[in-house]
Amino acid sequence: MTQNYRLDNIGLINRDKKISFKFNGVTYFGYEGDTLASALIANGIHLIGRSFKYHRPRGFFGAGVDEPYAIVQLYRNNETEPNIKTTEQELFEGLEATSVNCWPSVNFDIGAINNFLKIFLPAGFYYKTFMWPKSFWYKIYEPFIRKAAGLGVASIEHDKERYEHKYEYCDLLIAGSGPSGLASAYAAAKNGARVILAEDKPRFGGTLLTSEVNIGNQTGKEWAENIISELKEMPNVIVKNRSQVFGYYDHNMLVMSEKLSDHLPKTKKYNPKQRLWYIRAKEVLISSGSIERPLVFGNNDTPGVMLSSAAKEYLKVYGVLVGKKPLIFTNNDSGYETAIEFKKNGVDPIILDTRKEPKSEIIDEAKKLDIQIKFSHVVVAAKGYKKVKSAEVAKISDDKNELGTLENINCDCICVSGFWTPTIHLASQSGNKTIFNKDIDAFVPGLSKQNETTLGAANGTFTLEETLKNSFDSGYELSKKITNNDNKTSSPIVMEKKSTTHDKFWCVPLPKGKTYKRFLDFQNDVAVSDIEIALKEGYRSIEHVKRYTTLGMATDQGKTSNLNGLQLVSNIENKIVPEVGHTTFRPPYTPVTIGTIVGREIGKHSKPTRKSPMHSWHEKNNAVFVDAGVWLRPRYYKIGEETLFEGSKREAKNVRANVGVCDVTTLGKIDIKGPDAAELLNRVYTNAWLKLPVGKARYGVMLREDGIVMDDGTTTRISENHYHMTTTTAQAANVLSHLEYYLQVVWPELNVNVVSTTEQWAGAAIAGPKSRDLLQKLFPNIDTSNDGLPFMGYLEAELFGVHARIFRISFSGELAYEVNVESDNGNFMWEKIMEIGKEFEIQPYGTEALSTLRIEMGHIAGSELDGRTIPYDNSLEGLVSKKKDFIGKRSLGRKAFVAEDRQKVVGVVPIDKKTSIPEGSHLVKDAKAQIPNPKLGYISASCWSVEYDNPFSLAIIKDGKNMIGQKLFAMSPLKNKTIPVEIVSSHYVDPKGERVRS
Amino acid sequence: MRSQNEFSYGGDATVKRPELNKEVSDKDWDNFVYNRKSLRGKHKELWQHISGCRQWIKVERDTATHEIFKTVKAHEDI
Repeated sequence: MTQNYRLDNIGLINRDKKISFKFNGVTYFGYEGDTLASALIANGIHLIGRSFKYHRPRGFFGAGVDEPYAIVQLYRNNETEPNIKTTEQELFEGLEATSVNCWPSVNFDIGAINNFLKIFLPAGFYYKTFMWPKSFWYKIYEPFIRKAAGLGVASIEHDKERYEHKYEYCDLLIAGSGPSGLASAYAAAKNGARVILAEDKPRFGGTLLTSEVNIGNQTGKEWAENIISELKEMPNVIVKNRSQVFGYYDHNMLVMSEKLSDHLPKTKKYNPKQRLWYIRAKEVLISSGSIERPLVFGNNDTPGVMLSSAAKEYLKVYGVLVGKKPLIFTNNDSGYETAIEFKKNGVDPIILDTRKEPKSEIIDEAKKLDIQIKFSHVVVAAKGYKKVKSAEVAKISDDKNELGTLENINCDCICVSGFWTPTIHLASQSGNKTIFNKDIDAFVPGLSKQNETTLGAANGTFTLEETLKNSFDSGYELSKKITNNDNKTSSPIVMEKKSTTHDKFWCVPLPKGKTYKRFLDFQNDVAVSDIEIALKEGYRSIEHVKRYTTLGMATDQGKTSNLNGLQLVSNIENKIVPEVGHTTFRPPYTPVTIGTIVGREIGKHSKPTRKSPMHSWHEKNNAVFVDAGVWLRPRYYKIGEETLFEGSKREAKNVRANVGVCDVTTLGKIDIKGPDAAELLNRVYTNAWLKLPVGKARYGVMLREDGIVMDDGTTTRISENHYHMTTTTAQAANVLSHLEYYLQVVWPELNVNVVSTTEQWAGAAIAGPKSRDLLQKLFPNIDTSNDGLPFMGYLEAELFGVHARIFRISFSGELAYEVNVESDNGNFMWEKIMEIGKEFEIQPYGTEALSTLRIEMGHIAGSELDGRTIPYDNSLEGLVSKKKDFIGKRSLGRKAFVAEDRQKVVGVVPIDKKTSIPEGSHLVKDAKAQIPNPKLGYISASCWSVEYDNPFSLAIIKDGKNMIGQKLFAMSPLKNKTIPVEIVSSHYVDPKGERVRS
Repeated sequence: MRSQNEFSYGGDATVKRPELNKEVSDKDWDNFVYNRKSLRGKHKELWQHISGCRQWIKVERDTATHEIFKTVKAHEDI
C-alpha cells in the first residue's frame, strides 16, 4: 500500500524513518512522528470502526484528545489494550491495531442493521423497551445488547508493565504548552519560580505548530522551539511531554499521567510504562486551549466529516491530506485558515460560510488565492455511507430558517468549524463557577476558587497578541508573589491576521420531507432528535437530559458535544444557555489506565509483608505459611506428605504430651512508661490494675465505649513505672491508636508514654508438660519452681549471654512460658530452644495447632471477639470490675446486654464424635423447620480435639447459660451439611485450669 | 502541608467524654457514644497523624470545600 495522501514537503514527521504497522491485519507504512490516525489517513483509510449504538461507520473527527470515536484495540508486546485513540497513539514499528465494536468485520457489520430499522433506537429506548416482560431480560435482551454494544475488549491477562507514582511540588504548574503555556512558563521561570510545564502531546507548542503567525521575527513554531529548549536547560523547570494533567483536587493538588513507553514497541527494561504524578502547586496556570465545535447537519458522522482544525493539523504536522476534494463548512474565520493551507499545498477547497457578508484579513487572503467561497450556504447532509462522496448543500435565508434549492457538491471530506469551545475542565474541577461568555457562545472560568488562573483560548481569548501579553504578565506576577524576584520578561511583537466575528448559527434545519440523523454526541450516537424526545418527555434539568440520552458521557466526556447539546436545549426551551447550565466536569479529563492509578501497589506490593526474625528457620524447616494480618506465620511444619490436618494434629498432640515451641513474635507489644501508667491501665482494662506487683503479669480485656470487647492480652509490670502490654496480632495497631487517643485527647493530664515495641522483641512460646524442664536447661541460674516463677510471673535472665524476658503465661492451656529476646537475637534463641529441646522431644508448632489448643481449652480469640460481643458473652464476668470506672463500662448496663437470654460462648460436640462442624454453621432446634429457620447461634471456631480425639467447636449462642446439655443441629447450607450436636461447656479440656499452674 | 493519606480520621472534636466515676444519664451517654451530626460547612474534627508522628490533632475543616482553617494539638482548644 502506498501513502497516497502524504505530501512531500510539509510536516514535522521524520521521513528518514519508515515504520510498518498493521491495521485489521493489513500492513501499512508511516513515518516516525506519525500518530496511528495520521498514518492511516496518509494511506487513504477512513473507516475505523462502528458506532456504539447504531453501528454506523466511523472515521476520524479530531486530531488529538478531542477525538470522540476513532478508537482501536491496540496490540503491543503481546499485550492488548482497548479503546486507544488513534489520534493520540504514536506510531511505532510493529504496531498492530484492530477495529472495535464491529462484527464480523468493519466493512460488513451485522449490528449495522440497527441503522436500517425503520424506528431508530431513540433516547430512552433501552429504558422503555427492555423493561418488560421482566423474564426476557436475562435470556433475550441482555445477551443481545451485550453482543451489539460495547467498545473494546479488556485483557484478562496480568499486566506485566510497571506503573509508577511520583510526588512533586512546584510554585507554578502550567497545563498545556501552547502560546499561553510557553509564555507564562518562560516569564515565571525567568523570575526564579519552580515551574512544571505539562503537554499532553509529544510535541510542544500547541496551535503554534499549525498557525501562520509571527512572534518577534520568528515563525510561531520557531519561537515555540526556542522557548522550549531554553526552558529545558533551566534547573528550576520541569518540562514534560506526553503528560496530561487530568484532575484538579482540593488544596491545589493536581494529578498528571505521563506516558513514557506507549509510543515505543516495548517498554525498556526497568522503565515504567506510565507514571502518575501527584503535584502540589502553589499556583496553577491552565493553558489547556480550546476545542473546535462541530456544526450539526444531516449524517454529520459520516467518515470524512471532521473538524477543520484537525484537517489543518494533519496537513501541517503530518503532511497528510484528509481529502483531495475538501469542502470547508464554517461559521467563522477558522475554516478559512484550513482552506488556505489546502490551497497552498495544491488542493482546491470550496468554502461554505453560513455568514452573509463577513469581511476580514483572512477572508481577503482566501479570496486573493482564488478559493471558491459560497456565503450564506450550508451543508444539509453528507452523502456516502463508509466515506463522504458528496455534500447536499443549500443557500440559507438570513433568518436561518429557510433552505434554498438543494444541490450536490462532489467532495471527499467535509471540514467543519463551528467556532471554539474553551477547555475549562480543570478550572471547573477546582471548583470554579464558570460563566457564559455571549461573545464566544461558550463557558469560560469565572472567579478562581483555588489558586488557579486560566489563560489564552481556555479563557476565551482567541487572539495571539492578547494571549501572549496576558500570559507573560501572569507568569511574572504569580512568580513574583512567590519568589519575591522582579525580573520581568515582556511580550515580543506579534503579527497575526485579524479575524471577524463568528455566526451564532450552528445547527442546520432539516429540509422538508427528509429525516437525516443530525448527531450531537458522536461517541454515544446522540442525535438532535434524541434531545428533542427527552425534552418532550419532560426532562428539564441538563443533568437528567444527559443521563437519559447519554449525551456527553463515557470516555469522551462531551469534549465536542457538550455546548451544542446545551445550545439545543436552550433553543427548544427558549432559554439562554447560562440558565440551562452545564453538567459537572469530573476527573479524569481523558481516560487513565487502572494500572497508572494503582501504580506499584499490586500483588505483594499492595501491603508490607512482615516476617519474624525466625522466618528463615521456618522456611528451612518446611513451614507452610499463612497470612496473619500483615504477617507471614507458619501454619504448620510439614513432614513428608502430611496434610494440614495431620500436621497440626501431630504438633498439638506433642504440646499436650511433651513440649512445643511457637513463634509469637507477631503479637502486638506496647511499652508503657510513666508515673500514671497504672492509672491508664486501670481505665483502659475492665479489671483492676492499681495493685499489680512488679514482676507480675495480668490478663486484661479492653472495651470500646459502646461496651463491645476491643482486644485482650496480658500486661506485665516490668518495674515501678514501666509496663509491657501485649495485644492480639490483628489489633496491635488499633490498640496503640486507642491508647494514644485517650492520652492525647481525653486525659492529657495523665503522665504516660506509649510506644510500639512489636518489632523490637522476638517471642517464643514454650508450651507443654516438659516446658519447665526445658526452661531450666535454657536458664540454669533461675528458679523455675512454682515459688520462683509462679503462673503469671515474670523474670529477666541471660540466655547464653543474651538478655531475655521470661513470662509465665499460657495461651495453649498447658504449663507454658514465653521468652522474649531482642529481635536480632531471635534466631539464636530459637535455635537454642530447638537444640536443647531435643531431649524433651520438642517440635515447633504453627498457628493451626495453636488454634486447636486454645479452642479445646475454651480460650477466646479473634473469632469470638468479633466486634459484636461483650465481656459477659465470653464468660469474662470475673474480669469486669464493679468498683471502678473504665472505658465502655457505662454501656454494659444496656438492656440488651444484661438480658437473661443473652448470647454466650459455649462448646459444641457432634453427637457422632466424627463429623467436623464447618465454621459459620448455624445452630437450630429443628433441622427440618420451615425457612427461615430461627437461628439460635453460630459456630465461631472449630478444631479436632487432640485431647479427646474428636471434633470440637466453640459457638456463640443465645441464652447460652441454659443451653448446655441441649441437643441441636449445626447447619451449613454452604457445605450442605446438617450435623446433630450437643452443647457443652466451652472449657472442654482442663476446665479448672490446673495445668497452667502445675 | 502533609498528604491526607498519612492521617486517619477520628470523628467530631467537639464531643466530650463524660467524666469517669460520675453519674451519666442514659440520654447523655447515648449521645456521647452514638449520636453525631453530619454538618455541612465548618466542622471541628479529630485526626491522627498515624503514618507519621502519631500526634492526635484538632482540625477545623469545611466539609463541603475541604478547606482547612486551623489545626492544633488535640489537648488544645481550637
